[in-house]
Amino acid sequence: MTQKTILSEMPNGTGRVQRQVVLPFLKSVEISFQSIKVRFFRSLITTMSLVLAVSFLSFINVSNDIANGMLATHDPDLRQSLIRSGYDIGAQDISVGSSAKQRWIVILSLLVCVVGIVNAQLMAVTERFREIGTMKCLGALDRFILRLFVLEAGMQGLAGAGIGALAGALFSLINAWLHFGTAAVRSISIANLLISIGIATGVGCLLSLLGVFYPALVAARMQPVEAMRVEH
Amino acid sequence: MAEKTNIVRVTNVTKVFKLGKIDVDALKGINLEISRGNYISIMGPSGSGKSTLFNMIGGLDKPTSGKVYIDEVDIAQLDAYELAWLRCRKIGYIFQTFNIIQVMTALENVTLPMIFAGMGNDAAVDKGMQLLELVGIGDRYSHKPFELSGGQQQRVAIARALANDPAIILADEPTGNLDLTTGEECIALLKRLSQERGVTVISATHDFKMLNVSDQVVWIRDGRVDKIEDREELSISIGQIGTKE
Repeated sequence: MTQKTILSEMPNGTGRVQRQVVLPFLKSVEISFQSIKVRFFRSLITTMSLVLAVSFLSFINVSNDIANGMLATHDPDLRQSLIRSGYDIGAQDISVGSSAKQRWIVILSLLVCVVGIVNAQLMAVTERFREIGTMKCLGALDRFILRLFVLEAGMQGLAGAGIGALAGALFSLINAWLHFGTAAVRSISIANLLISIGIATGVGCLLSLLGVFYPALVAARMQPVEAMRVEH
Repeated sequence: MAEKTNIVRVTNVTKVFKLGKIDVDALKGINLEISRGNYISIMGPSGSGKSTLFNMIGGLDKPTSGKVYIDEVDIAQLDAYELAWLRCRKIGYIFQTFNIIQVMTALENVTLPMIFAGMGNDAAVDKGMQLLELVGIGDRYSHKPFELSGGQQQRVAIARALANDPAIILADEPTGNLDLTTGEECIALLKRLSQERGVTVISATHDFKMLNVSDQVVWIRDGRVDKIEDREELSISIGQIGTKE
């Protein structure tokens, strides 16, 4: 063992220790992916509310896309069947937007979803107190922990929102097909459909990140000694 | 031993915990010097403040008053980066509950501190395997913690504590959750590593098996250092130790 002092190795001056403790980005992706994989069932529950809310959003948007597609065909029969099924279309309208009531319900469901995610993630942080504390004892900085949680939420968000958006779109298409027949499904503009799915996925990811922000902050700020105190 | 430098120096450390409106004095002025390369046991009954003292030495907690020096550097002066660096490179922690990260394999647990220290993945894996072999569980590197016995988990923890060649290993009740034989094996392992690698081992314990290997025993009672015994004195008084608590 060398006799030189421990901290003399610690470089002095500006920007010194920043590069001393590191967690490469790829490694953090690997760790968070593994963490989701191992706790798959837990992640599934966290993601489930997101899947449902996003699929609802996607369903509403894609249904409007379909209605617009049907109107764009200028087929009076399709126009009549739309009005019969409850769409509020005036004589001159050539497109339908989402109604205020629809928007309100969608926003509400998304809010409920965020609360659900915050709740589930706070539970996850509590469950992982020991793991977080151990990592901190091994030299992890606050932002490593923050990054791990945000990455996990990002992955869960992308997967959950993607699945939700596709499921919502699919249900909407099946619904249109059952109600209006194949003509309705054929008349939809693919670009609009893709945009709707994309928006729903994006919103889902955003919500997932929004929901994890506070729990991740709680985790990152935790003192290692608190983590060790659990169960003592 | 006189030529050895102090790796840890604790001066007049007090710690007050606030429990609601009541102040609890966990430590009431501790003075302690620990020489480099020694095997130290901090002994004391539950509630004597030994875990608190232990956390102070490990830089996990800050004293209410007084100073803790690690290699003559006051750890209260260190910022978050420097503390993380200290924990990563210079101190290895071993816990009563092992605290192996559950979602990682044995090898990944050992390599994690090396990754934090900026070591490349291949080098970390190589060294991780060496360390696992050193502690005698090289063949179980790909196992998850729940597939390992308590003794094996503690060995993984010892390997992980050694990952960045620390100067100090802090072991908080390392044998508390192990049976007699496994505990003895872990103690022997720690002792051997301390001798071979010149690592200072500081363990908080109330396990008397620890006394046989300790160079120095610090008795803590009621937030104060009761007495400090060197190995030589210890072998004389060891007959009475059983009656101490």
